[in-house]
Amino acid sequence: MNRGAWKKKLGNLARNTAAYYLLVLIGFVFLYPVIYMVSYSFMSASDLVNPLVKWIPSSLYLENYREAMEVLDFWNTLVKTFLATIFPALLQTAVASVVGYGLSRFRFPGKGLILAMVLATFIIPAQVTMIPQFLMFRDLHIVGSVVSFLLPASLGQGIRSSLFILIFYQFFRMMPRSLDEAAQIDGANALTVFLKIGVPSALPAYVVSLLFSFVWYWNETTLAALYFGNEFKTMLLALENFTATYQRLYPIDPYSQTGKSINEAITMAGTLLSVLPLLVVYAVFQRWFVESVDRTGITGE
Amino acid sequence: MNMRMRLKTRNTLKGLAFVSPWIVGFLLFTLVPLGRTFWFSLNEVRFTAEGIKTRFLGWLNYKNAFLLDVSFTDILVEYLWQTVVNTPIILVFSLIVAMLLNRNLKGKGVFRTLFFLPVVITSGPVMQQLLDQQATALPGLERFLSPQFLQQNLPAFLVEPVSFLFSSFIMILWFSGVPILIFLAGLQKLDRNMYEAASIDGASRWQMFWKLTLPALNPVIVVNVLFTVVTLSAFPLNPVVSKISGDMYKVEKGIGFATAMAWIYFAALLLVLGGLIAIVRRRERGVRGS
Repeated sequence: MNRGAWKKKLGNLARNTAAYYLLVLIGFVFLYPVIYMVSYSFMSASDLVNPLVKWIPSSLYLENYREAMEVLDFWNTLVKTFLATIFPALLQTAVASVVGYGLSRFRFPGKGLILAMVLATFIIPAQVTMIPQFLMFRDLHIVGSVVSFLLPASLGQGIRSSLFILIFYQFFRMMPRSLDEAAQIDGANALTVFLKIGVPSALPAYVVSLLFSFVWYWNETTLAALYFGNEFKTMLLALENFTATYQRLYPIDPYSQTGKSINEAITMAGTLLSVLPLLVVYAVFQRWFVESVDRTGITGE
Repeated sequence: MNMRMRLKTRNTLKGLAFVSPWIVGFLLFTLVPLGRTFWFSLNEVRFTAEGIKTRFLGWLNYKNAFLLDVSFTDILVEYLWQTVVNTPIILVFSLIVAMLLNRNLKGKGVFRTLFFLPVVITSGPVMQQLLDQQATALPGLERFLSPQFLQQNLPAFLVEPVSFLFSSFIMILWFSGVPILIFLAGLQKLDRNMYEAASIDGASRWQMFWKLTLPALNPVIVVNVLFTVVTLSAFPLNPVVSKISGDMYKVEKGIGFATAMAWIYFAALLLVLGGLIAIVRRRERGVRGS
């Protein structure tokens, strides 16, 4: 090999090493809060005050998790939150696909306006619409039930529904029309064509939309607090009240000053527990998450 | 002719049938509520046994938000500052990470998975817990940048935004998960021939980045600005969001006042969004012109 080629190879090696170094460094900084959370959640009260214990707890102390599970009412809350998350996510995905299909497959007057409005609803903050929505739900007697999440989702107005409509719109637009047309000539109606040809071919978009809907419904707290009220707390609303609930469950006796007080190890265990289901979903479907943009072609404009 | 007309009408009807759930939902859950909150914002709203009682006030709620409320103006300014400062930080960081990941290194999938993790677990309560533990500050940074240090070395109006920036730096970076993916997709669509041609012409990597990569990414940057500003604005820890949610239930202020603040907030959001997108667009024209 001549000198030029060597030089190029060496330069590439140096640049790759620098890239690795930067990625590891950024990765560490990025994950610092997660590492902190995991590490602290296993620390006993004596580990917390021990200056020698910095990152690795002296023993695998599980008491924090036992207490945090009690405070969050973990299993009960888990089932309820799961139901209040998966059904709106399914409905939102299904409706977004129908609307996205309609916008991409048919020409009709006012389509441009509708697309513009879909984008506009993405920008409009919930604060400007949630109060009348709440009043409407109260009149319909669905405040405090999952129906208050299901109803907007069923009409394409769920959490970030517009984003999913745009994803399906983009996806169906890239799909060749020839299959549709062949089926139409065979006499199938529009709904059959959509169900038999559109839906199966859009499977990646369905998976991506469902996963993101699940995550975003799980993480929604402003609307959940307003619509569900005191009827039931989702996992993250339970986390929001963590300290107050803890003090109710483990009250400090004002006379003897005995009892337990909350510490950061317990709150970190609670925080980790509240995102654990999300972490499991992410561990299983991580490829779908990180390849979401490629698989649905959102940036195709 | 008749046949074609019929086809056109049929197409319209089919299209509208598919889109109809959205149209009904849009009217019911977006347009009508928008009208109602605007009406509320011009009134004093009271809930009585017979229903909602309103008393027309004109723009008084809006005036009061700025003049009478002790904290709203400060909070709004804080929100504007945070969004204007944090959005570019998030986007520059995302672009750097995307370019590193675009180098086809071994194990880049692992890094991609790590960088996307925050998107899945970021929510108001989780962030609040991590902020309370000061787990979102850059490790070791607090030794150099104590509040006193900032107060002595910065003009007063910058102390708050800068200390927020440092105390929650990682939290800000956590919003870069989706922008990284979008940048990565944009980078992968770039035309390789263009770079070879530039390289033959003797352009350096630095020049190629500014003259080729960045202009080609412009549409992607606009998408990212939109996504980031909207996400930051909807985040429950955003000071304005918690202020509006808090004041809604207060008897002495009430729904009318809260909705007026919500509308002001919406206007502020559009202002930031429009301003940032205008900057990106302007740069695009500037590069093309030169």
